[in-house]
Amino acid sequence: MDTIEVKDTMPKQGLMTGSQAVVQSIIAEGVNLMFGYPGGAIMPVYDALYDVEQELTHVLARHEQGAVHAAQGYARATGKVGVCIATSGPGATNLITGIADAQIDSTPLVCITGQVASHLLGTDAFQETDVVGISMPVTKWNFQVTRAEEIPMAIAKAFYIARSGKPGPVLVDITKDAQFEEVDFNYVPFTGMRSYRPKPKLDLDSVKAAANLINSAKRPFILFGQGIILSKAEKEFKSFIEKTGIPSAWTILGLSALESDHYLNVGMLGMHGNYAPNKLTNECDVLIAIGMRFDDRITGDLSRYAKQAKVVHIEIDPSEVSKNVHANIPVIADAKEALLELSKIVDEKTHPDWLQKFRDLEMEEYELVIGNELYPSTEKLTMGEVINEINIQSDHNNIIVTDVGQHQMMSCRYFKFQQTKSMITSGGLGTMGFCLPAAIGAKMGQPNKQVIAVIGDGGFQMTLQELGTMFQYGVDVKIVVLNNEFLGMVRQWQEMFFEKRYASTTMVNPDFQRIVSGYGIATKKVVKREELADAIKEMLNHKGAYFLEAIVGKENNVFPMVPTGASVSEIRLK
Amino acid sequence: MKKERYTISVFTEDIVGMLNRVTIIFTRRKINIDSIAASESEIANIHRYTLVISEAEDMVKKVVLQLEKQVEVVKAVYHKDSEVVYQEIALYKVPTEVLLSGGEAEKIVRAHHARVLSVEPAFTVIEKTGHKEETQALFNQLEPYGMLEFVRSGRVAITKPMKTLKSIVEELEKVQY
Repeated sequence: MDTIEVKDTMPKQGLMTGSQAVVQSIIAEGVNLMFGYPGGAIMPVYDALYDVEQELTHVLARHEQGAVHAAQGYARATGKVGVCIATSGPGATNLITGIADAQIDSTPLVCITGQVASHLLGTDAFQETDVVGISMPVTKWNFQVTRAEEIPMAIAKAFYIARSGKPGPVLVDITKDAQFEEVDFNYVPFTGMRSYRPKPKLDLDSVKAAANLINSAKRPFILFGQGIILSKAEKEFKSFIEKTGIPSAWTILGLSALESDHYLNVGMLGMHGNYAPNKLTNECDVLIAIGMRFDDRITGDLSRYAKQAKVVHIEIDPSEVSKNVHANIPVIADAKEALLELSKIVDEKTHPDWLQKFRDLEMEEYELVIGNELYPSTEKLTMGEVINEINIQSDHNNIIVTDVGQHQMMSCRYFKFQQTKSMITSGGLGTMGFCLPAAIGAKMGQPNKQVIAVIGDGGFQMTLQELGTMFQYGVDVKIVVLNNEFLGMVRQWQEMFFEKRYASTTMVNPDFQRIVSGYGIATKKVVKREELADAIKEMLNHKGAYFLEAIVGKENNVFPMVPTGASVSEIRLK
Repeated sequence: MKKERYTISVFTEDIVGMLNRVTIIFTRRKINIDSIAASESEIANIHRYTLVISEAEDMVKKVVLQLEKQVEVVKAVYHKDSEVVYQEIALYKVPTEVLLSGGEAEKIVRAHHARVLSVEPAFTVIEKTGHKEETQALFNQLEPYGMLEFVRSGRVAITKPMKTLKSIVEELEKVQY
């Protein structure tokens, strides 16, 4: 469990309204920034926020979905709990996409919603919706407060649950009468409950069994996921792989846990991942999965996935172990704890021949895919070359935030990372529209980092209202729209699997330059290759927000690809 | 894998909405719940849900882990029929005249060791506890005489091989975080 951050400014105590208790509870949890959108049933809390502007900044989004994605971006960039707040009814339902996204990507969030007065519950009152019922399948925990005295405990519990164990989103729904009611406030941080023990006790026998298997392996292979980042185990992970010499590949949520140029980093797993790690998954003899959950985009056809290998699975959530891939040796533990113990008893080794196999396949991929993407001979720009130019020019004190689709896969494949938590993307849910608000949240959480939002022309238009939030708060996000005038990933599938029948994937776009200019943001559009380097230089050096639109080839595809239903070893280079 | 009948026992904190949290785990995987019963347990403030489903064991195992993952679920376990002692209760409403005529219906009730709970001029309510097959057998025999109403409860089950809930809760309460 994370240590509870205690702020210098202690929360107030004594008699106050429920809404003041909400605000004081949030302050007591060490929060100084939250995102939201007001409305009728949450007005008392907003009124209480008005008095604490110095301690707790509220960022007014332009849509509740923007608020929740911003809270996610904040959480992913800082490792802290993201907080967002909305009113009842449509305010609450607009949060659901972000909550579902946070649930599947294990992002700690506390969402607070207003609710109609308790005597109106169940009457179809104005802006009443059963948000507790609606959010139940997509929250780690939720609770409805109908009395002010329940508030401190509910919020303390919410933060505890959101950040502990495998993190996730929680929702506290507070009726309007509870916000008005008086309560004798005394905040006590929550320390645990018998039905929820988030940190499994490390079983040293399983660690020994894992070590024995790893020590005997000839072709060991590590898959690492976000668990490394969530348990702050980056250092321990690196020592472990360096001691054992095991080639390591990442899931897109694990990206940036290990620097891109580390000699044991062999690249990206999954459908659009690298050639070598996908191919060699079916050649390793011991597969060591750490803090990842064998998503179907990683495994392809399960019946032909790593069948030759013995599997060690280090994972904090018991329900993820042997869910998709049978674990011969499950180690149910926090990744950091497990890696610390494991590192003590594994043999120091190198696997030069085995590692070379990865490098050889990487060369094949370079010749057929990577080279063409990064240094194309096509007339039109490619997504990869735009990304590569940013790599070349930036100092890597960056956070890259992406949306969902081709540009996302390209970003994961081609951006280079030096620092942990420097890649934020919607992995599990694949939420288009995630990027712009998440980037705003990331920048507000890490103001000293350069935050670059890479978005497609489709996803950009899903939440571009958040340009208003950027404008109002002067948020310095560099937006790079890779515009191919298509919903590119769907179009690619139509090309490959639906006989090029481009049903509703053509985008007739507005003049983004004029729209973004309207928000007072500097803009530039790049069409020609010779303009690219200068434009990126200008963007990176620009003080304040910047919008760079790159017109890229309309019908370019992301390769390699493991088609749906295929085995990882059937990964296609073209 | 072969589908079999399993009894799942879920022990939870006693809070509003818990039943919903439990059942959506099944709904999401399109698993039909054959029966469900909710009641108190031997420990104050801990409720138990007894669910019966027909599924492959591999799936049942995964579902139970998902149930245990819920923050307010104290413990979830699954058992085959042979590992539990279980009962269901059924009530049958039949026309009283059928029983008064002194014919077959009375013999059926006796043969099934059912009991009469209430006799009204128009109808009689009969009760039978047992396994589903037993309560169904009585239903099948009484039906030709005119079944006015029928209801069967969900299964309640006591598990044979299990640590006591008390010892599980005590262990959980000892854990530091």
